[in-house]
Amino acid sequence: MKATREAYGETLARLGEENKDIVVLDADLSGSTKTAVFAKKFPERFFNMGIAEANMVGTAAGLAAVGKIPFVSTFSIFAAGRAWEQIRQSVAYPKANVKIVPTHGGVTVGEDGGTHQSVEDIAIMRAIPNMTVIVPADAEETKGAVTAAAAFKGPVFIRLGRNKVPRVFDEGHIFQIGKGCEIAAGTDLTFVTTGIMTAQAMQAATLLAPEGISARVVHIGTVKPLDKELVLKAARETGAIVTAEEHSIIGGLGSAVSELLAERQPTPLVRVGIKDRFGTSGKAEELLKYFGLMPEDLVEAARSVLARK
Amino acid sequence: MDKDRIAFLEEKARDLRVSIVKTLHRSQSGHTGGSLSAIDMVTALYFQVMRHDPENPLWEERDRFVLSKGHAAPAQYVALADAGYFPKEDLMMLRRLGSHLQGHPDSKGTPGVEVCTGSLGQGLSMANGMALGLRLGNRQSRVYALLGDGELQEGQVWEAAMAAAHYRLDNLCAMVDANALQIDGEVEKVMNVGPIGEKFRAFGWNVLEIDGHDMEAIVEALETAETVKGKPTVIVARTVKGKGVPRFEHKASYHGVAPNDDELNEALICLGCFED
Repeated sequence: MKATREAYGETLARLGEENKDIVVLDADLSGSTKTAVFAKKFPERFFNMGIAEANMVGTAAGLAAVGKIPFVSTFSIFAAGRAWEQIRQSVAYPKANVKIVPTHGGVTVGEDGGTHQSVEDIAIMRAIPNMTVIVPADAEETKGAVTAAAAFKGPVFIRLGRNKVPRVFDEGHIFQIGKGCEIAAGTDLTFVTTGIMTAQAMQAATLLAPEGISARVVHIGTVKPLDKELVLKAARETGAIVTAEEHSIIGGLGSAVSELLAERQPTPLVRVGIKDRFGTSGKAEELLKYFGLMPEDLVEAARSVLARK
Repeated sequence: MDKDRIAFLEEKARDLRVSIVKTLHRSQSGHTGGSLSAIDMVTALYFQVMRHDPENPLWEERDRFVLSKGHAAPAQYVALADAGYFPKEDLMMLRRLGSHLQGHPDSKGTPGVEVCTGSLGQGLSMANGMALGLRLGNRQSRVYALLGDGELQEGQVWEAAMAAAHYRLDNLCAMVDANALQIDGEVEKVMNVGPIGEKFRAFGWNVLEIDGHDMEAIVEALETAETVKGKPTVIVARTVKGKGVPRFEHKASYHGVAPNDDELNEALICLGCFED
């Protein structure tokens, strides 16, 4: 078990050694986002911008305009939310080489409550042209995603989490922007998932097996651009889809998959996610239950979609 | 400063005013008042103060200019065209579908434009980032950002003002085109931002206050700014919206309105230019 933000801090510090153009900006949360690991190693390339996210994003755009590769971190609600227009105008519109890598995405932020739980960030980032949106499943994928983002020229948004999460990918897993992966074979339906919900889907598939239901699990690390071929193949071959994300059912992965399938391959589909509500205080595990994001909820969704097949 | 050089710059600014009204008349869309109030400063930057090379727009040692009040794009476009960044004929395509001259500056298409601006309040942050990055790379290049006074109502400007002083960005010079008017009327009445100089001083900036149409004062202030170490400099330039064409002067109504045929002819006469 390891938090994606832990992997982020370590990876940044490693990349900072290899590439002197990498600079990091944070808005007074470097201990939480783990950019402090980089800051300690490369203090001259770390800029604490104070509690001023809009300016932080604009500053990153300026750094990119003179050839630097800025990584910008804070909590996701303050990056995607507070600084949305700066990300749109100063980063995405000019295709600035800025990496927005917030932590504390979703409801598993926990006790801080609804004000601090971003459940719309994937949707509002996905809506911006030129933006790449990545939601890693675990620490290993985070390592790959951050490394790939540094090598990629253009804006990237990588949504990370606060809590320790189970391993999904083996060490050395090769992450490719825009490529999803089938991580469990199955023929009756497919869980199409992102972020921490991939591990939940793996458990759900195990729970379904004794009932004779064969569930495929397709992890979508890059929500945008979506790996359309992989999703279409799953829809064609299994005939039923359950999407799952730690995010609103509006505008995120569930929407992306629905949009694709409605146009190209109409398929019975159920979206698992937060049902157009704000988050609330509680322990992460309690909140996953409260919002219906547990393996049991995925099993329920699987049964319901199979009934419509 | 050399009197002839000042006279040359004044003449250049007059030519560029002519170019602004012609360009805006052709596009029949765009911002007249704020382009004319900013053009003397833009002229001083491109034709006297900044180190840049129109033949090599991406020259690494160049000074950078950020037009934070991006709606004054015509002022920057006519200067860039005159300096040779792109053919002057391109100006006739301002704001047209397919033109690189977008309604607001776009670094993706226009040589000499460093970043995308126009959504007010964001340019100073980007200028800060450039100044930080250039200093990190041990470059001698300076960064200039031109803001409007109405724009100072955006909170992000003050986040950026705080950060520029905190990081002691003495390779940064901000200019405020203080024409005292914004779309809905007088800045003072819409949302008073004054005293501008005092505010920047309190944020830790070196502050110079000048007449933004006095070419000698503009150049002198920009040169003084270069000598100030340890803090950023802001030049608060008192200007007249629509400067150069009496019909447009001091009028908020010409903020976002292009000249019609009669107004163009009148403007050309006022600017000492009798051809159509």
